[in-house]
Amino acid sequence: MSTLKYQSQAVAKPYFVFALILFVGQILFGLIMGMQYVVGDFLAGAIPFNVARMVHTNLLIVWLLFGFMGAAYYLVPEEAETELHSPKLAIALFWIFAAAGVLTILGYLLVPYSTLAHITGNEYLPTMGREFLEQPTITKIGIVVVALGFLYNLGMTILKGRKTAINMVLLTGLVGLAVFFLFSFYNPANIALDKYFWWFVVHLWVEGVWELIMGAILAFILIKTTGVDREVIEKWLYVIIAMALITGILGTGHHFYWLATPEYWQWVGSIFSAMEPLPFFAMVLYAFNMVNRRRREHPNKAATLWALGTAVMAFLGAGVWGFLHTLAPVNFYTHGSQITAAHGHMAFYGAYAMIVMTIISYAMPKIRGFGEAMPNSAQVREMWGFWLMTIAMVFITLFLTGAGVLQVWLQRLPETGEALSFMATQEKLTIFYWLREIAGVFFLIGLICYLTSFFTKEKAQA
Amino acid sequence: MSESFTKGMARNIYYGGSVFFFLIFLSLTFHTTKEMPERDNRVNLSESVARGKALWEDNNCVGCHSLIGEGAYFAPELGNVYVRRGGGNIETFKGFMQGWMKAQPLNIPGRRQMPNFHLNDQQIDDLAEFLKFTAEMDVNDWPPNDEG
Repeated sequence: MSTLKYQSQAVAKPYFVFALILFVGQILFGLIMGMQYVVGDFLAGAIPFNVARMVHTNLLIVWLLFGFMGAAYYLVPEEAETELHSPKLAIALFWIFAAAGVLTILGYLLVPYSTLAHITGNEYLPTMGREFLEQPTITKIGIVVVALGFLYNLGMTILKGRKTAINMVLLTGLVGLAVFFLFSFYNPANIALDKYFWWFVVHLWVEGVWELIMGAILAFILIKTTGVDREVIEKWLYVIIAMALITGILGTGHHFYWLATPEYWQWVGSIFSAMEPLPFFAMVLYAFNMVNRRRREHPNKAATLWALGTAVMAFLGAGVWGFLHTLAPVNFYTHGSQITAAHGHMAFYGAYAMIVMTIISYAMPKIRGFGEAMPNSAQVREMWGFWLMTIAMVFITLFLTGAGVLQVWLQRLPETGEALSFMATQEKLTIFYWLREIAGVFFLIGLICYLTSFFTKEKAQA
Repeated sequence: MSESFTKGMARNIYYGGSVFFFLIFLSLTFHTTKEMPERDNRVNLSESVARGKALWEDNNCVGCHSLIGEGAYFAPELGNVYVRRGGGNIETFKGFMQGWMKAQPLNIPGRRQMPNFHLNDQQIDDLAEFLKFTAEMDVNDWPPNDEG
């Protein structure tokens, strides 16, 4: 038996396990791509770069979604103080989503993308072939169905139970996630309109509603691990997500600078997105403040470390690295360079990969029957994993930033005729790409170290 | 945070602030979509351009290339390739595209490799028309130079 307050919280387990399996896949494909950046024809016949990238980014999105769902199934019953409405539905949706995910990835790997588009009937409702939204239309419909079942299950649970701020914020974030995903079905022949509304999925996810999800999970973990009064923590939560949405919604404008859109977006986007680091900075203050004011010593040191780590890394990756290239006059030169890649890596790792690992760290010992925390030896390995992955990600980001700065210098700043071509510039960046790949290998070592922490000789209480 | 600032006040700022700014965002979006016909080159959106966009998507070109800065950063920016490789002339550009697409993969050891997508002449022309279309959109003078 597990050491859970509500037995139905255990449905989170397959979600967490599968998320981490996909995470491993994501990193392996990242290493393949990193190699192709320096040895251009590495595996080029078997796994062309575009396929590897699609697998890398789609695995990321899907494992984070699995993580968010697991987090919700775990924390919603505990917050609502009632069992989950239907654990059976949660398990059924797990298998549907997992099967759809695996089939989609196999589709990417086994047949040419145009064949996949053809056999899944993309011509009837074309949604494929756009960055991050590469999934066949049928997979997208499946995602909507899974999301609806998931929201129904959570909604019914919250309706019959206690309605805490954390639950309401989490649910708002998840409903927003589902609603904005619907824009992925809008794909007009006019590329400018296509791109404009594509950002309604991409930006309003990661710089909008996902921040609500992150905030809610972090608040839950802080209440549990520090014992600080719920009123205080929920007040901070509201302040942070208010800042996130007030800056982030109009911050979407930083994607509309060069898109057949009016020039005022350069002002709106610059001003509001320049303030987007504020909620992340507040999150750092809040996490450290709450941990300093803790009323108990929680035995799960690793979970607290992840909670502090995600706040700091989200601030650096999403906040600082986002700010670096968000002002329109700067973005004119950096748009679509390796600077963008640097920001993307640290922001996704810091804000979203780490928040999922935070809740996994807190919840898994309880689900597995270890009680409040894993044995010390396992926690030590988990924390080694934390530091190796996090430091490796800092270096990946720094090397990509170095590559980006040099790229802008050689390819973007000079006039036509004097600027180096894209391919000539890439050759000059080789040293940075090699260093990035080495940092990537350290990331994988960190990930393996982290995963070993789940396997321990000590027995669960059951 | 001060005690006089209550959770209820924070909640109201969250709801009020997000709804307010979301409405502004929707209004600006509405205005933008009214302005876009002047800028997005839609008068030249031919059947051929639309077919070219479908080919662009069905072959996941954005998995390696960027288009007006969005996409992958593994291969050159193509939003303005019509200017860079075609000198702004559609016949020159189509000629270039026919040769380039058929020469893939170049098989130069160690060089990044573009697959051959087995497109026919008509499809390559459609793709060229699509890339001409993107190059002629008014995107506030991005990129900074022809190299993209």
